[in-house]
Amino acid sequence: MEHQKDSKESFLKERASSNKGLLAKYVFFFCAILSIVITGAIIFVLLSDAIVFFSHISPIAFFTGTQWNPLIKPEHYGVLPLITGTLTITLGAAIIAVPTGVLTAIFLSEYASDGFRSIVKPALEILAGIPTIVYGYFALVYLTPLLSGVLPTIRTFNALSGSIVVGIMIIPMVSSITEDAMNAVPNSLREGGYALGATKFKVSTTIVVPAALSGIISSFILAISRAIGETMAVTIAAGKYPRMVNLLKPDEAFLKPVETMTAAMVEIGMSDVSGQTIAYKSLFAIGLTLFGITFLMNLISNFIKSRYREEYE
Amino acid sequence: MNSKSVSEGKVSRWEGRLFYILCFLATLFGIGALATLLVYVFWDSIGWVDWQFITSSPSRFPAQAGIYPALMGSVFVIALVALFSLPLGVGAAIYLEEYAPRNTLTRIIEINIANLAGVPSIVYGLLGLAMFLTLFNLEDGTVFVGSLTLTLLILPIVIISAKEAIKSVPDSHKHAAYGVGATQWQMIRSVVLPEAAPGIMTGLILALARAIGETAPLIMIGAATSIYSAPRGIFDMFSGMPLQIFAWSDLPSPDFQHGVTPAGVVVLLSILLLMNSIAVFIRYRFQRGE
Repeated sequence: MEHQKDSKESFLKERASSNKGLLAKYVFFFCAILSIVITGAIIFVLLSDAIVFFSHISPIAFFTGTQWNPLIKPEHYGVLPLITGTLTITLGAAIIAVPTGVLTAIFLSEYASDGFRSIVKPALEILAGIPTIVYGYFALVYLTPLLSGVLPTIRTFNALSGSIVVGIMIIPMVSSITEDAMNAVPNSLREGGYALGATKFKVSTTIVVPAALSGIISSFILAISRAIGETMAVTIAAGKYPRMVNLLKPDEAFLKPVETMTAAMVEIGMSDVSGQTIAYKSLFAIGLTLFGITFLMNLISNFIKSRYREEYE
Repeated sequence: MNSKSVSEGKVSRWEGRLFYILCFLATLFGIGALATLLVYVFWDSIGWVDWQFITSSPSRFPAQAGIYPALMGSVFVIALVALFSLPLGVGAAIYLEEYAPRNTLTRIIEINIANLAGVPSIVYGLLGLAMFLTLFNLEDGTVFVGSLTLTLLILPIVIISAKEAIKSVPDSHKHAAYGVGATQWQMIRSVVLPEAAPGIMTGLILALARAIGETAPLIMIGAATSIYSAPRGIFDMFSGMPLQIFAWSDLPSPDFQHGVTPAGVVVLLSILLLMNSIAVFIRYRFQRGE
């Protein structure tokens, strides 16, 4: 009798605690589903205001217009100057970060001693952790005056110093993902190369790099997507001068000020436009374009990366 | 035939040597850029970072300018972001690691979190602007709205690092808890969470360090770039250190460009260094405990 009561009590306690467990599970599920809600909310707010914008300015005029001037009458809402501005910065940043990042990764994964690696890797992580506003300030106040010693025609605000600092800040992204991909290449492949008499250089460039290629490419895409969305460094250093950039004339493109999509958003955000104007709605049209491009690139990058994981693990 | 292969050997030796130097120089480039940036900024800030600078309000006279309101603004916002993002991030991580069935919904959630971490920060600013200011009609530029916006921004990073921490709890410990009759919730509460706590905290602090350097999303939700009094409550207007640095870097006077602004940068970087040191310290203690 006594025993039965005991077990009944403990059974009830057990049920109570499993109810608590069920509640906990639902709370945690809500937290996890919140990330889907955030994505949904981003898409919803961007779309709903962008649709209002596109009911005033046709998408064709927006995507093919060559003049951007939302704040002073007569307003023009052609996004091409901003897209070419972003392209200029991104191209310059990629030219710096892609080769530097890959060569750094090869050095760290194939050549460097453990001691050297344990110092350099945290230092590169610091590079990624410095706020972008600091890079912008560095580019404007130190880098541009330095560059003007070599390139006298460079303007105070220019695409070159902006793309150099963006390039520097995405190096760690390229190098760390690339290095991970190279570390995942099995040693047996390297040893096979050595057994055939290949040098370290040949093994690195003709065996390790091709075997890690999908990881390397996914790091490029991720880093370039980061450069496209980069805001403060380019707002401060590259200026707020929307113009059609001709990348076929590099001096024209890089030594003069440009305005990126992100810088244009900051400019409108800091002005005192009210919530119902077309200029305000244009924020969301640019935002949607930016979100669309970067989200697609991140998706592709993750897809490529998950494929290479399956190959070796 | 023989001499050809000898010369080939020479070429490939040179080739290898050259490639090694190239890789080494590339590695030095990143490190050199970091060193250059730090040396310039710290050199210019000498004589400007002092007690007066840390305790004063911004001023148009360089000698009287200070960072106090922006510093307090950043501290307020970060505290609130920590409060919001810790339970949400850990909750999502627990669900995904301990409860989630292996189905399509779980896979979509995980891919989505990875993608959210790559969304440009200014887009989160637009989300905050449209949702908190326009839709919920909250007042713009307050600590509360700034914190909510930055919480959305770092939540994916907090979830990803908390998941890693929870994953690293050994299965044997979990089985031991089940063995003595614990329910799943009891096991999570008494085994998983305590053991994952240092890893979770490390990840949270690093995510907060990212949030404290953010500028663009705060501009979009109407935070002040320069403000004269520190916030007293969560519904007060605020400015943050990066916003104040942005305002200063716009001023052409050399005393601002080579004095006040680098001083602000040094204060910001020092706080980041402090946060990173705490994170490293927690990780170190945890590793020793293992």
